[in-house]
Amino acid sequence: MTSAFLRLEALGKSFGKHAVLESISLDIERGEFLTLLGESGSGKTTLLRILGGFEQATAGRILLDDLPLDAIPPHRRPVHTVFQNYALFPHMSVFDNVAYGLRVRGCGRDEMSSRVDAALEKVHMERFAKHFPRQISGGQKQRVALARALVNRPQVLLLDEPLSALDANLRLEMQRELKLLQREVGITFIFVTHDQSEALAISDRVVLLRHGKIEQSGTPRAIYSTPRTAYAASFLGKSNLVSGMVHHGLADCGAFSVPVNLRDGPVTFSLRPECIAPSPGAVQFAAEVVTEQFHGADSLLTLRCATGLELSARVAGSHNGGVFAFNPQDLVPLEQE
Amino acid sequence: MTRARLVTLLPFAWIALFLFTPYCLLFCYSFWSLDAGQQVIRHATLANYLHLATTPLYFTVILRSMRIAFSVVSLSLLIGYPLACFLVFHAGKYRRILYQAVIIPLWISYLVRAYAWKVIFGNEGVLNTLLLWCHAIPHPLGFLLYSPFAVIVTLTHIYVPFVVLPVVASLEKIPHELIESSSDLGATAWQTFTRVILPLSLPGVLSGATFAFLLSFGDFLAPLLLGGPSSVMIANIVANLFGADYNWPLGAAVAVLILVMVLVIVTITQRLERRWRSA
Repeated sequence: MTSAFLRLEALGKSFGKHAVLESISLDIERGEFLTLLGESGSGKTTLLRILGGFEQATAGRILLDDLPLDAIPPHRRPVHTVFQNYALFPHMSVFDNVAYGLRVRGCGRDEMSSRVDAALEKVHMERFAKHFPRQISGGQKQRVALARALVNRPQVLLLDEPLSALDANLRLEMQRELKLLQREVGITFIFVTHDQSEALAISDRVVLLRHGKIEQSGTPRAIYSTPRTAYAASFLGKSNLVSGMVHHGLADCGAFSVPVNLRDGPVTFSLRPECIAPSPGAVQFAAEVVTEQFHGADSLLTLRCATGLELSARVAGSHNGGVFAFNPQDLVPLEQE
Repeated sequence: MTRARLVTLLPFAWIALFLFTPYCLLFCYSFWSLDAGQQVIRHATLANYLHLATTPLYFTVILRSMRIAFSVVSLSLLIGYPLACFLVFHAGKYRRILYQAVIIPLWISYLVRAYAWKVIFGNEGVLNTLLLWCHAIPHPLGFLLYSPFAVIVTLTHIYVPFVVLPVVASLEKIPHELIESSSDLGATAWQTFTRVILPLSLPGVLSGATFAFLLSFGDFLAPLLLGGPSSVMIANIVANLFGADYNWPLGAAVAVLILVMVLVIVTITQRLERRWRSA
């Protein structure tokens, strides 16, 4: 049997009667950058804690290279965690923090020292080896926390919202560095975040969790361009949810009608604001501009059609209303919930 | 004067009246002396301090007080640290009730707790009776009561909560992620304890140990009630000088000496604590 590098099989976790995770099945490839995305309470952190060995699943199992991971206690797993608040040891220098994992495993002095130096160099923190955690900034702590985990050469690195405490600019910079680092070391990263733009920017694959279940998973582009449900559409980026009625291959949404390959009945579509542009286009409709929010690179318009339907449109210039259009393939039918 | 200013001055007035003034009086007294009729002569002299320096008895008693206080600290840590660890990491839902159980003895009068040990350690006390009954010993153990042993056990019993409370506070302050992170990085439970938990709880250990040391060093009731001649402590000497001997100037000089020693110890421990905190 060929199987994935890391396989989750029908993983479940409940506290008493309250189910936090339900039948999570997922195959993760070696060297993949996977993001678990979800709101607070979606179970993403619990899933990460189960992988890290800090919590036990109440159902299902985890296989790493076909071997069950569940039986291995946290301190023996080839899996390391980077915690949300970095969890650096305040009484140890940066060097000692990074050396910790090697020291407790009884690594020789010379090997330890050269590996720690190499790890610090990889995250550009070699000049801070003698500093204590309280003497360095948040972004630097983040780098040290990464080095401390990577120096042990884990097979899987778990990252629990590691960038959430950083300010916006530093966050973007760290996202870029994380991605570079991940490619360089080739370790499987499992990244938890509630920030959809971060998830899209950083991952090879996004797993959207909702109420302890997988809502949708796929590459950032796939999950963004073809959301499966209204929840996925509105959680990942901004989306117009347009409801209509299908009759004989034509979806009537009031302001416009679109030919579709769907069964007769009610339907909801997702239409991304950036898919709407001033005409020309295949599907056209007239609308007035209610509000305009200027964002620098583009503007977000709120359009109101004659039927009362309101749509958001992301356009480059300024507009006073008139005819707008989109392509029919941008209208993504959603599963009814 | 405004009302607000009055309120801020009040604590200073309190300290001046009830702390500073008595210490000043004590300090003055320590330089005065007694005449033949035991009347205080208010002329500054170093006679009291010279007497202290030239009488070996005081040195012996101070050394003994330190030894007893040190034993009390060691025993209190030996009992208090594991207890604090248990309370913080393993007690689960019983934590609150066990924590209360540590505090409740503080509500009981010191005298009652000291006398309880008399009942246990006496020749016909609980312990001797029990040992005799099961033929573990031929006749009652005499060293149990009226000995440094009894004083140390009693003081340990009384001051263990003073060690447990600050240690619990410092253990509680250790973020849980640090412990998880240590285990995540491959440390065994014991390695996590020695490398993370213990070093981070040292400030609590230090303040608990300082409390226990200073309180037992200055204790006079336990040696009075349970100690014999071999366990007279420095505070008993002060009590005697101010009481039966009616030599307030000499008593004041001993008290000032104790005060200075205490200040030295507190300064050292505070320095240490600051160093650990910043490290």
